[in-house]
Amino acid sequence: MTLKEIAGLTDAQILCGARKLNEAIDFCFASDLMSDVLTLKVSDVLLITGLVNIQSIRTAEMSDIPYILFVRNKEVTPDMIKLAEENDMLLMKSNYSMFKASGILFEAGLKGIF
Amino acid sequence: MVLNYHIEGGDFANAGTASSQIKKTLKQLSVPPVIIKRVVVALYEAEVNIVAHAYKGEIVVSIDPERIQMILDDEGPGIADISLAMQKGYSTASEEVRQMGFGAGMGLPNISENADSLNIQSKVGKGTKLEIIVKLS
Repeated sequence: MTLKEIAGLTDAQILCGARKLNEAIDFCFASDLMSDVLTLKVSDVLLITGLVNIQSIRTAEMSDIPYILFVRNKEVTPDMIKLAEENDMLLMKSNYSMFKASGILFEAGLKGIF
Repeated sequence: MVLNYHIEGGDFANAGTASSQIKKTLKQLSVPPVIIKRVVVALYEAEVNIVAHAYKGEIVVSIDPERIQMILDDEGPGIADISLAMQKGYSTASEEVRQMGFGAGMGLPNISENADSLNIQSKVGKGTKLEIIVKLS
């Protein structure tokens, strides 16, 4: 599934990294707990999170996760976007809850890691 | 190659800066991505631990052809029971740390899982010293 399709399905606004919209992924992980994200052995996944602060970007950087979908329309700060751009990430945000966004994407064929 | 970083306790805005710089250095040295991930995940958890729990700390990373050695030496409250701290789910983290997405008692277990060797020395009221080794070969 392409990131463009994911953005469309979750009615998400692209915050940075739009050039990556045509890239495609198979797997997704949803969590607000960054230590849980750091246990993933795979990269090239979409992270869905409601944790909107600089550590969510740092955690994605350390985990080689290039795509983040922030849920519940929370404010993403300029320093978060700057750090994401430095690490060639795509950030987007949706007004949907984590449950709703995850459910829609699962139904559309995106797979869970575990 | 030896790299040094100073970490301030409570400085959540910059937590991970040292780990980020180490990651860039390891990429430049063409270290395999799987090894880089293990190093930076362990280092990042340990760096967050200093920010979350200590007053200040020093990180010294030594890179040689056989291994990457990371020493994180902090001045802080120390760990009263290291075996308890190693248990998944045990945490003394503050609400502020939890709001940053950490403090679920996974830090030390995550470090251990990614390290080839982990040595923890701690004195209550003085501080904690971690030695993390990841082999390159």
